[in-house]
Amino acid sequence: MDAPVLNVEGLKTHFFTRAGVVKSVDGVSLQLAPGEILGLVGESGSGKSVTGFSILGLIDPPGRIVEGTVRLEGRDLTTLDDKAMSRVRGKDLAMIFQDPMMTLNPVLKISTQLIETVLAHAPVSKAEARQRAIAALAMVGIPSPEERIDAYPHQFSGGMRQRVAIATALLHRPKVIIADEPTTALDVTIQSQILAKMQELCREIGTAMIWITHDLSVVAGLADRVAVMYAGRIVETGPVGAVLDFPHHPYTQGLIGSVPSHAEPGARLAQIPGATPSLSALPDGCAFAPRCAKAIGLCRREAPQIEPLGMASVACHVAQGTGGLE
Amino acid sequence: MSAPLVALDQVSRRFDQPLDLAAKIANMFGAHYKALSLRAVDQVSLSVNPGEIVGLVGESGCGKSTVGRMVAGILPPSDGVVSWNGQDAAAMPESDRRTAKLGVQMIFQDPMASLNPRKRAGDIIAVAPVYHGLVPKAKSADLVAEALKRVGLDPSYARRYPHQFSGGQRARIGIARALAVQPKLLVCDESVAALDVSVQAQVLNLFMDLADDLGLAYLFISHDLGVVRHIAQRVVIMYLGRIVETAPTRVLFTAPAHPYTQALLENVPRLDARKRSFTTVSGEIPSPLNPPTGCHFHPRCPKAGPRCAREVPKLDPANHGGLVACHLNDGGVS
Repeated sequence: MDAPVLNVEGLKTHFFTRAGVVKSVDGVSLQLAPGEILGLVGESGSGKSVTGFSILGLIDPPGRIVEGTVRLEGRDLTTLDDKAMSRVRGKDLAMIFQDPMMTLNPVLKISTQLIETVLAHAPVSKAEARQRAIAALAMVGIPSPEERIDAYPHQFSGGMRQRVAIATALLHRPKVIIADEPTTALDVTIQSQILAKMQELCREIGTAMIWITHDLSVVAGLADRVAVMYAGRIVETGPVGAVLDFPHHPYTQGLIGSVPSHAEPGARLAQIPGATPSLSALPDGCAFAPRCAKAIGLCRREAPQIEPLGMASVACHVAQGTGGLE
Repeated sequence: MSAPLVALDQVSRRFDQPLDLAAKIANMFGAHYKALSLRAVDQVSLSVNPGEIVGLVGESGCGKSTVGRMVAGILPPSDGVVSWNGQDAAAMPESDRRTAKLGVQMIFQDPMASLNPRKRAGDIIAVAPVYHGLVPKAKSADLVAEALKRVGLDPSYARRYPHQFSGGQRARIGIARALAVQPKLLVCDESVAALDVSVQAQVLNLFMDLADDLGLAYLFISHDLGVVRHIAQRVVIMYLGRIVETAPTRVLFTAPAHPYTQALLENVPRLDARKRSFTTVSGEIPSPLNPPTGCHFHPRCPKAGPRCAREVPKLDPANHGGLVACHLNDGGVS
């Protein structure tokens, strides 16, 4: 593997609320090689989005990164001040959100917003910035970009808006893109168009990407590697084939069993009993233990560390065999 | 065979936005404002038999929710006949219609939006059966307890308010409320779309158990082909207000006849597909306010010919045993 372009080590992001400390991200480590696509998968409240926001330094109070480093090409982003961070954000590191209306300002023309983004990081004339913006729109497949660039966001459909958001993210050919469920709100045929485009663009530009999603099926077709999150931690990570075909962690196994299109039609789906735990009152030991059919005594006492197992890495006492003596 | 629980015969639904006063006055001075008319559903025929699970699939704006609402009697059709148990709903006396309507219950997508946040779960479930006289008010607690148990919740939860439940539990309360009036058919409009996949699996399992135990029929409306393939016996595909294909589930998923269905199936992300190039249907979903002529799908269809732009294809029997509306099935596209 090449030197990772992004290296996150022991990241902990906690939210200090009146009701207690919410440990949204509690010790996440991940590496991203240049041009690689990592699927970050988890259910609501697993901390996958907060991980993405933490990498970009977008955590607001009462949240705070309490521990860990985020290194982009060796430089630790968590130590940068706001000014230095805003020079990185949007240039070397960009984000695409689930709802493009969150990215786009509804009262400004697309052209205003794109040109502003170009000028924020590149010393070019306004006319050239406009040309670059038009080129970016053309790149993401917006028809007749010269005219469409002067439209307002509401004049675009959902899929087209998401394309504009992607064009904005790609303007400076970032090293890393963090995409937070960018196709979840879109229809199947439009989702497929966006996925195809992202795949093509990442290959062309050599951008590495973290694709945050709850949908294992999207990751299966798109990503090189996958990391499965549960209650603020990565429980299993590895190449897509290894993790999806031979999952070791009971939670990953449960997730895959729950996907209807994977099961025999009409058969009962393998369901995971219970619900995700509250992040402010996590159990001792493995957070998944109360829902896990294979849990042993050790699981309730001691949190498992993530360790290599076969081609993947897994945080599970049972899969690692450390509970063999019980 | 007994009469279908619900049958739609050539049902259409328009939504009109008449000109407002300002536009009318402007027109007097030579402006050209036109009243907007949106054909959400265009001559749809569909039936659900007792105990049958029918999946209704389509993308945004295809009219699938409008069909669901007409089936449940929430929305009257603009044209065509909706019949329950073989009787024309519009021709029934009001009292009969109320009873017949109880047999079809709806379960919505967002349980938080469909449960009154100021009412306790027990009251939410009891209100309909008490109102319709299915159970005296004094005995409603037993009915609530039974309904909660039926959907896998503890009867003591009846005292709680909706915000005290998780998303999956709220979905179950929505189901318990529907079951409380002993329906024969549940119309599920994207009922599992907002749930996490592990919770979605729990709710889908519950739906299948209810079908087995109570002999319930379902009209299962979803954009998620995986969910529909899993639960439905027969699938109906809609595009821009019209049915384009219907067939038994297994057939439809192995040998789809309509180019739109084929494209949908190719576009669905699959767990067993590895690092692949995504194939795409070109183009956007057209606006239902201004649909394309002829076959609505022809501007995006790779197999379209000149005839597709001219002539609306009829829903005809196809080789796979279902129905398909495509000129490829009735003499060619040229």
